[in-house]
Amino acid sequence: MNAPDPRLAMTADTPVKLYEKRVPVFPKKITGPFRRFKWAVMVLCLGVYWLTPWIRWDRGSYAPHQAVLVDLAHRRFYMFAIEIWPNEFYFVAGLLIMAGIGLFLVTSVVGRAWCGYACPQTVWTDLYQHVDRLIDGDRNAQLRLQAAPWTVAKLARRLFKWSVWLGIAFLTGGAWIFYFADAPTLQRAFWTGTADPVAYATTAVLTLTTFVLGGFMREQVCIYMCPWPRIQSAMLDEKSLLVTYKHWRGEPRGSLKSAKQQLDTGLTPLGDCIDCHQCQAVCPTGVDIRDGAQIGCITCGLCIDACDAAMAKVGRPRGLIDYCTLEDAAREAQGQADTPILKTVLRPRTLIYFGVWAAIGMALLFMLGARTRLTLSVAKDRNPEFVQLSNGAVRDGFTIKLRNMEDRPRPVTVSTSGLPGALIYTDDMDDHAARPVLAMTVPADTTLRLRLYLVGPVGTKPSPVLFQLKATDRDGGQDQVKATYSTPQGNGQ
Amino acid sequence: MANDHGPAGGDAGHSSRLDEATGTHTVGHEWDGIEELDTPLPRWWLTLFYACIVFAIGYVIAYPALPGLHGATPGVLGWSSRGALAAEIKAADASHAATRAAIAATPVEDLVKNPVLLRAAIEGGRAAFKQNCVQCHGAGAAGSKGYPNLNDDDWLWGGDIATIQQTLEHGIRYPGDDATRQSQMPAFGHDGILTAAQVQDVVSHVRVISHQEPASAASQRGSAIFAQNCAVCHGANGEGGRSVGAPRLNDAIWLYGGDRATLTETVTYARAGVMPAWQQRLDPVTIKMLAAYVHSLGGGEATATAPAAPPATGQ
Repeated sequence: MNAPDPRLAMTADTPVKLYEKRVPVFPKKITGPFRRFKWAVMVLCLGVYWLTPWIRWDRGSYAPHQAVLVDLAHRRFYMFAIEIWPNEFYFVAGLLIMAGIGLFLVTSVVGRAWCGYACPQTVWTDLYQHVDRLIDGDRNAQLRLQAAPWTVAKLARRLFKWSVWLGIAFLTGGAWIFYFADAPTLQRAFWTGTADPVAYATTAVLTLTTFVLGGFMREQVCIYMCPWPRIQSAMLDEKSLLVTYKHWRGEPRGSLKSAKQQLDTGLTPLGDCIDCHQCQAVCPTGVDIRDGAQIGCITCGLCIDACDAAMAKVGRPRGLIDYCTLEDAAREAQGQADTPILKTVLRPRTLIYFGVWAAIGMALLFMLGARTRLTLSVAKDRNPEFVQLSNGAVRDGFTIKLRNMEDRPRPVTVSTSGLPGALIYTDDMDDHAARPVLAMTVPADTTLRLRLYLVGPVGTKPSPVLFQLKATDRDGGQDQVKATYSTPQGNGQ
Repeated sequence: MANDHGPAGGDAGHSSRLDEATGTHTVGHEWDGIEELDTPLPRWWLTLFYACIVFAIGYVIAYPALPGLHGATPGVLGWSSRGALAAEIKAADASHAATRAAIAATPVEDLVKNPVLLRAAIEGGRAAFKQNCVQCHGAGAAGSKGYPNLNDDDWLWGGDIATIQQTLEHGIRYPGDDATRQSQMPAFGHDGILTAAQVQDVVSHVRVISHQEPASAASQRGSAIFAQNCAVCHGANGEGGRSVGAPRLNDAIWLYGGDRATLTETVTYARAGVMPAWQQRLDPVTIKMLAAYVHSLGGGEATATAPAAPPATGQ
């Protein structure tokens, strides 16, 4: 470590700054299959995001009619035919785990496809860069404008562009609020100024973050802020697809003119790379893919489109830059054929990811089909644990909750088993009305909380007791919960 | 690096110089070739720091801040945490006002007919109970020796909701309330009404009628003594007498204890528990809510349907 940093050694004539300023990226317009694919993914992602809250779904008179709704105020999550209560949050947890493992799976097969196509940061940056090209012109015009002094014309153009950015940020980022309330109602309330302040605050924050992250931060989010590129870098292996510059074919690079000179002078012929810098010009994060895989490369494939176009112009085969695994890169460099695609994709790692992912999915589906929409929970009184009655009998108190998760009232009965002759009554009944089975109606979409008293016949020993809830309508359904009956002799366990 | 310096140490390093790489001056010290840059605080940090100072000055003026001997400076906004609490309590009271008015307007016997109001009253009572009653009756209202368990179905003075309300309002043997529940058990042994042997006989009888021991010669003798001395309040069969708060003796529940020693003590010295008259401390609505809560604890009795008064008109 004695050797001085070469940059510090140059101090005398060229002072080196320790802070590197951002070099603005002005990606050039490009056409090609990857660009078209990127468009399709963008339209799909933004379309799904934007339109979903407006889909209606008839749920009768007890629940909202929005297909996808996160009703935080009433603690309900609706997704088409599925309604989730807070106690069923494991469904959401399961979906999140599936999303995580799904990302692992996608990463191990196709590399940073999430970064390149579907990540919101990528989608919005792409959209904003398209706005740049529409307003300021393509790459060169943008470079010129950037370098130009601040004149009224430049200021006007900038203000116009920023307004368009802001408009898009408001329309897209602001649309987030519609997932949390009835969209048409909220929209009316929003424009008439009667919506909840939270709605305005959320819209303001998300508009601002979209505006700043999509308009100004762009690739810096990927390179400096986002943990995902780092995690993905760690997850890639030699069989993951990467955007690869095939240096064994491209190097030594050189312009057509210098290639001709090389040939004329009888030196080693140059590689296929004509050093046109098109791959760099179209890159949305401004990296040079010819430097190899790097954290700035989100593998969007636009440089492949650019390079293919250039190769077509000079009459060389496409694919100098292409999706390629590290393993295939090594094989190709030695002139061997690529591994068959199925052999690359179907390997233990991806199969295990897929297996885990699918197992969780199947388990969730099974639980969704098997879950009961009428549940009972029982909490035994601890103070007092039991009450001695005049006639020698012992009474235990319980707090029970009858949860009707359906959008209609359910007639039910509550009873116990395990204590022959036991009678139950609630705290708004008097004890003479106690009986073995209580009938009641649980209102739609409601948790009914009751104080329940259980009296065993005189002389009953402490014992386990089973509380049973049964729906008495045609659809039926039931739930039961184990509890204990305590007496001065013990607690029944 | 040390290559643009003289030898390490010495006073030669005591002069600030411009570091080319960073464009920053050094502080002028050197330790074994290591120098320190005099990097200024970042401007954003400094700006925030000054902004905080300005904010703090405003805060000290606006809010209570500087401590004195008898309290802090009040601040021009007049805010205080106690005042904020008072405002919150006032708001909470205001939000309860309608319910409390409805409870005030409903006779306590009729609360049962209005499930929503009854529920509100029970919950209000639950809160008031925790504040006023748990000291004697316990958090679970299960009482302890000398303090009745309010969950059970054994009531000294009556367990329908109106009776509970009356007990709450006027208390038991509470000085200073003319309508307080009043009764006095004689100290049979202490005052010489019964001999010690007679007390034992009565105790035997009481233990027989409460099914704690089999009949015996002593209990036979005690039966006669009980009929003469105790039955007037506790009933011929020990069924208790609610008009005087005489506990039922032929059941499984004991206020002080049903073993021989405790019963001997009770008969010899008598018992006279006291409960405050809560109308001196609580408002009528809170007392009504407490009655509803105690009545809901599991042993509450139905209001006895009073014999219908003959219609005053129509005949």
